[in-house]
Amino acid sequence: MINELNKDRKPCGLHCIKIHHFHVNYGSEVILDDINMHIHCGKLYVLIGKNGGGKSTLVKAILDEVPHEGKIVLQTPEGRSLKKKNPLRIGYVPQSLNIDKGTPVSVYDFMAAYISSKPIFLCKRKKIYNKIIDVLSIFEVDDCIDRQLSNLSGGQLQRVLLSLALLNEPNLLLLDEPVSGIDKKGMDLFYEIINKLKKNYDVAILLVSHDLDYVKKYADEVILLDRKILRKGTAASVFASKEFKEVFGI
Amino acid sequence: MGIVYDILEKILPFSWTSYEFMKNAFIAVILITPLLGMVGTMVVQKKMAFFSDALGHSALTGIALGVILGVRNTNVSMVIFAVIFALLLNKIKSRQGIEADTIISVFASCSIAVGLIVLSYKGNFNNYSALLIGDILSITTGEIKALLIVFVVTSLLWGVLYNKMLFISMNSALARSKGIRVNLIENIFVILIAVIVMLAIRWIGILLINALMILPVAAAKNIASNVREYHFFAVTFALFSGISGLLVSYYMNVACGPVIIVYASALFFLSYIVKILKK
Repeated sequence: MINELNKDRKPCGLHCIKIHHFHVNYGSEVILDDINMHIHCGKLYVLIGKNGGGKSTLVKAILDEVPHEGKIVLQTPEGRSLKKKNPLRIGYVPQSLNIDKGTPVSVYDFMAAYISSKPIFLCKRKKIYNKIIDVLSIFEVDDCIDRQLSNLSGGQLQRVLLSLALLNEPNLLLLDEPVSGIDKKGMDLFYEIINKLKKNYDVAILLVSHDLDYVKKYADEVILLDRKILRKGTAASVFASKEFKEVFGI
Repeated sequence: MGIVYDILEKILPFSWTSYEFMKNAFIAVILITPLLGMVGTMVVQKKMAFFSDALGHSALTGIALGVILGVRNTNVSMVIFAVIFALLLNKIKSRQGIEADTIISVFASCSIAVGLIVLSYKGNFNNYSALLIGDILSITTGEIKALLIVFVVTSLLWGVLYNKMLFISMNSALARSKGIRVNLIENIFVILIAVIVMLAIRWIGILLINALMILPVAAAKNIASNVREYHFFAVTFALFSGISGLLVSYYMNVACGPVIIVYASALFFLSYIVKILKK
């Protein structure tokens, strides 16, 4: 299904998102200490680590959600390094949305709120509706367009969020692995989609994961984080390291 | 205003339209209730009912400050204080590691206590007790003009900012990743609530203002299936409660605010029954 995405945007491997010296403090407590990373398009990078190790904070820092030191730049194939206010487009896929059961917001409303500047509470627009159907059909959730967001299953919501993330053709896809409401079949599908995206779309993917079996199977590079980067490399090399054993007690 | 009065008398040929205070009250109701219904959808979505309630309580301190500073029109001091109060609460709410509900409660309690102390000085509180349940018949033409300006500005801002506000309410990190200026829009939103609540509070009353913002929305939420229906029902229910409450209070000679709330509550229970029957 991902093959329906723009074929001209296959990964070139030349885009690189560089994170330089990220540092986050909460008061006197150091949450992230001198994080440096290079993330290339066409590859899946997975952040692992124990709870409280700074994975979510790193995601928030990349999104500018928390005050941080350091910078993030996009290196283009021409070699030009562009600063923070640059064409770096981030497609973020959160784990969940803050939405109560029964909230009258449909998938169309949610997606149209992003695509259109016209207020969505006035009327439904056929053109926008068709555009959303097209994007949702890539992830096989087009039949959900008129359903309420709060009534979707965990897997359906995740695919709607993925559709949304790809709408502005991001350079960096930032994902929090879904943790609730998704069964094994849903997780398999989620990772299959990510894998196909990686191969067919010119985007670098950074995923926060809690499931090491999937990491082993799909990750190109694993980053073990505990306030600072303890280890990075292939899944096999990181899993075999003493730092990994210390963090996970395996 | 003369033309508006004439039109009202022509399209509503009832005895109450012969009184200027009733015509003023009617115009105020059809301006303020749709606004409360509209912004209420976002207050509920963002789980800010307690926030807007605390904001209502700050009205007393705003008036008290106006009295101390010798401001002739205490509406001005009330609105300015509420805007500062709202921005401060918003800042606290967004800080990590702080129990927002507790802090908001502390601020609200402190604010109402300070207001009561100042306004009850030398036993003068009777002059202000109408604020608690409101007096819609006291509205002046100057206040209606201010209300009209707020109605137009809020409607325009709502049209421009609603999509972004919805996104922020769902997930602020997601909104930020889409380039939405989260802090700016959140501040504009709380300023809007502060101004609308303060303009309505003299007529609806501190005790009931929050109910009028929440009840029609809660009723609409029971039966709406998308954002368009949600807005339509919330605005319609608020308008219906407002107009019905005003007319019933006129004919029964009771305070208007509470009657409006009784109507809004009835709509909530009816919509709840409809929701259960639909399942």
